[in-house]
Amino acid sequence: MKEIFEILEQNARATPAQIATMVDKPVREVEKIIRQAEKDGIILKYKAIINWPKLRKEDIWALIEVRITPQRGVGFDAISERIYQFPEVYSAYLVSGTYDLSILVRGKNMQEISSFVAEKLAPLEQVQSVITHFLLKRYKEYGETFHIPKETNRRLPITP
Amino acid sequence: MPNTKSAATGARHNLISQKVATLPPSGIRKFFDLLASMEDIISLGIGEPDFVTPWHIREAGIYSLEKGYTMYTSNSGMPELRQELASYLERHYGVNYHPEQEILITTGSSEGLDLVMRAIINPGDEVIIPNPCYVAYPADIILAGGVPILVPTDEENNFVIRATDIEARITKQTKAILIGYPANPTGAVMSKREADAIAQLVKKHDLLVISDEIYARLVYGAQHICFPSLPGMKKRTILISGFSKSHAMTGWRIGYVAADRHFIQALTKIHQYTMLSAPTMAQMAAIEALRNGESDVEKMVQEYNRRRRFMVKRLNEIGLPCFEPKGAFFAFPSIKGTGMNSEEFAEKLLLEEKVAVVPGTAFGPCGEGFVRCCYATSLPNIEEALRRMDRFVRKK
Repeated sequence: MKEIFEILEQNARATPAQIATMVDKPVREVEKIIRQAEKDGIILKYKAIINWPKLRKEDIWALIEVRITPQRGVGFDAISERIYQFPEVYSAYLVSGTYDLSILVRGKNMQEISSFVAEKLAPLEQVQSVITHFLLKRYKEYGETFHIPKETNRRLPITP
Repeated sequence: MPNTKSAATGARHNLISQKVATLPPSGIRKFFDLLASMEDIISLGIGEPDFVTPWHIREAGIYSLEKGYTMYTSNSGMPELRQELASYLERHYGVNYHPEQEILITTGSSEGLDLVMRAIINPGDEVIIPNPCYVAYPADIILAGGVPILVPTDEENNFVIRATDIEARITKQTKAILIGYPANPTGAVMSKREADAIAQLVKKHDLLVISDEIYARLVYGAQHICFPSLPGMKKRTILISGFSKSHAMTGWRIGYVAADRHFIQALTKIHQYTMLSAPTMAQMAAIEALRNGESDVEKMVQEYNRRRRFMVKRLNEIGLPCFEPKGAFFAFPSIKGTGMNSEEFAEKLLLEEKVAVVPGTAFGPCGEGFVRCCYATSLPNIEEALRRMDRFVRKK
């Protein structure tokens, strides 16, 4: 079953028939497993990884370190929820170390991000401090590299 | 003047040894030249992994250069590498080799094969090999002054050499049996039963086995039988292998031979006069591969297996029947139903649909009626190649 998800994680467009052949299972069974996983929230969504810089239409991104005060009974979860539900927040992680929340924020321009930080994030009562790092260049995301040319085409066309 | 010119270029026949002059070039060569002039080809003709060497192994190679490991190593190879290899062979196949006396690090398993032939063959000695087989087997035997004795293998026995067929060809001149399973070009894997039968024969006729196990790690739903691990076979077997296929390290040229001490001593004699030692950075990378590369092997095997199932199923669907290859990364479908011979099929497929496969005859006369399709290429490539092959077969 895990193998089916691994294949989809690599290529969300693999069809049940293709997957069935690859894992040597009946198509119906594969379809059933995928449907069930979609229902159970194991498969959340099918997305494409877009190389936006190539289109020269990249948004502005910032990685923000947030220190927050945990609350009795709910720990970091309640305040984290308040933060990550803002549409500007692209991803959010609770981390160990010198700060607590690591969030990736996306905006059309710097203005949009700074107003999110100044007007929405920093004023929250449990937020102690924020440090904003604007993203300069992305090298790798979801296991895919952006700048290194594909490494597969260096073989001779025919070898023994 | 014309004479001087031909002498300088070596074109005058007698300047080249007769052995080399009469040795046919690899059957793959002709296709290579044809391919070189074409574009947009999907090649299923490549006999090497499409994975790049895992990063941590490459990084170990880079580190060795940074640290100045640029000198010769001991003839036999770095002691750490031989030590790691001994425990690797013990761990995987339960066969024990003394790291200092029974392992030689070579410049790819190809060097190993050449060394073995030169070390054991006296003029006229016969070496029994399966057919079809890897292109270098008969050539290396001939170059060492021996005579290759071809034993036909067929679909009926999943292209595994039969002990009875070997026995029928044993003569006074028989020196050794050279086998290579999992097999290039067929993908055949030798079962325990088949290996045992050969082991019996080897004992009975007091023979030597050379076992090329370069594809040992690439098996799917089958267990690799390491020939020297069979009872009584270690002292009668010379094991040849390397890192090219298991760890996607073809370009590093790093392999090894494991055998009884007196064989290794003989091989080392030739090795020290011809190669001195295997590339040092490749040895350093190989140590890293053995220490931390197991999960890479597993990942690659899993990926190959998915492609293998896909390719074999599609080949059968489009009317090119294919037995289930349980090892290496090759499928060996029959093209007899198309009415063409192997070369015709491969050439027309290349010119009409721009898909490259290797005619079975490149691997010996028994490859007639088959082509070798390698699935060490991306799944979209395999899908597209098979779409084109389907169209090609239906047109005929």
